Amino acid sequence: MNEIGRAFTIAVELVVRGDAELVGIVALSLSVSLAAAVTALCFGAPVGAALAISRFRGRGALILVANALLGLPPVVVGLAVYLLLSRSGPLGALGLLFTPGAMVMAQILLLTPIVVALSHRFADALWAQYGGALMVDGASAPRSIAIILAIGRAWLITTFLSAFGRAISEVGAIIVVGGNIRFYTRTMTTAIALETSKGDLSLALGLGMVLIALSLAVNAVAFLLERSWRR
Amino acid sequence: MLAIQGDLDWSCAILVALAAARPTIQDRPMSRLRIFVFACLCVLLASALPAGAEERFITLASTTSTEESGLFGHILPIFRAQTGIEVRVVAVGTGQALVIGARGDADALLVHDRAGEDKFVADGNGIDRRGVMYNDFVIVGPSADPAGIKGLKDAKQAFRKIAAAASPFCSRGDDSGTNRMELRLWKAQDLSPRGAPWYRELGTGMGATLNTAVEMQAYVLTDRATFAHFRNRGDLVILVEGDKLLLNPYGSILVNPAKWPKVKAADARIWHEWLTSAPGRAAISSYRVNGEQLFFIGDGSSE
Repeated sequence: MNEIGRAFTIAVELVVRGDAELVGIVALSLSVSLAAAVTALCFGAPVGAALAISRFRGRGALILVANALLGLPPVVVGLAVYLLLSRSGPLGALGLLFTPGAMVMAQILLLTPIVVALSHRFADALWAQYGGALMVDGASAPRSIAIILAIGRAWLITTFLSAFGRAISEVGAIIVVGGNIRFYTRTMTTAIALETSKGDLSLALGLGMVLIALSLAVNAVAFLLERSWRR
Repeated sequence: MLAIQGDLDWSCAILVALAAARPTIQDRPMSRLRIFVFACLCVLLASALPAGAEERFITLASTTSTEESGLFGHILPIFRAQTGIEVRVVAVGTGQALVIGARGDADALLVHDRAGEDKFVADGNGIDRRGVMYNDFVIVGPSADPAGIKGLKDAKQAFRKIAAAASPFCSRGDDSGTNRMELRLWKAQDLSPRGAPWYRELGTGMGATLNTAVEMQAYVLTDRATFAHFRNRGDLVILVEGDKLLLNPYGSILVNPAKWPKVKAADARIWHEWLTSAPGRAAISSYRVNGEQLFFIGDGSSE
């Protein structure tokens, strides 16, 4: 139990001291997770909405696949992306392996199913409500998608937060494709894994507390934004 | 880190521009919040982009034991100060490091399995293998020592006694240099403990294995450096050390530029040469944990 107390003291100390390495790690965690979540949202939300408003053969199967991919194991995605980006792999020429870009890529793959599945859910409900009116108005498919997403923007925030939460807590994929390189691809989660491995459990716990505080802060900002949209 | 420096300048510019635009924005607190959030997002997203193609760096595939013992934290800043080259270390088990090298994803290797290294070069994946340094392995275990191996000078005999007593033993089980050494010791006496209930094959790095061994009150084969640096020892103490068989030499290998034209052959060679000559040796020998030197220059007299 006193490890938790020590961890809390370490966490506060790290933050107050403004330890340069910690700032770098925090900034990298945030930038990778935000980049991935935003990209996944931009691609996934229109796809989810499109699935809600259209009717075509195989639609059911696509929705099923999107939901099934929610259970995609991160470390498997990491391995797949590693094989893709490896110099002896098809995309090796990009030189993306062991860079933050590779981490963002792996996380986008993990987050897009979440965004598609969640946005499909609320788009479906909204379409049931507004679909008739939109069709009568003669709105085209892209326009309908845009309108549905605009109406459901509060749900979009929740979807974004789910995706972001998954990204910021993820470690299996990014440690394989990023390499956990000090000062370059080390994020909060991979640093916690490393410190645990070194037996420095108090530091690992302290970093964990900072990570949780960070996540809370992002959620708070999103919550405030959502409130402002309701006015 | 350097990417963030550049972006801080950029974000300051954004914020200044926004501040200048203030009189035209309706003074609603929430819209200022939105602008602030947007600016922060821009900074953070930009810093995720690959930065500084002008920076000189090489990718070194090395082992968890060198990373977790803190050696790189000590010698890499020295190397960078002397040559201006950043060394990015991907620290994984030796088996994985050799695969990374064979796939051309690293520019150089620093690993500790002579047989694996020789095979790597023989397969045409690497060139110019050189001995760099050595440390030694030790057998650690609970201070109560149920198998009675304390003070033994013969590692094989210690392993025999552990098997005979069926005392819990934690193996890394991850095809690392340490794991390969451990398996060689079992094999040397025709013992194969795999599958025995007291033999716990974990598949984890050295530190994680030690964590588990502490909780299980088990014996572990570990390199001295990681154990010295380890902060969660619990009841584990060094029980067997000093056997010539337990010497642990490290080798540096360059990934073959003939096979992988994209490797940074020139900078990797600078690293390779530095490591195996006076400045690198001085840096390695000067690394101490609690006053104890952890890595020694030479091959270890067993090879």
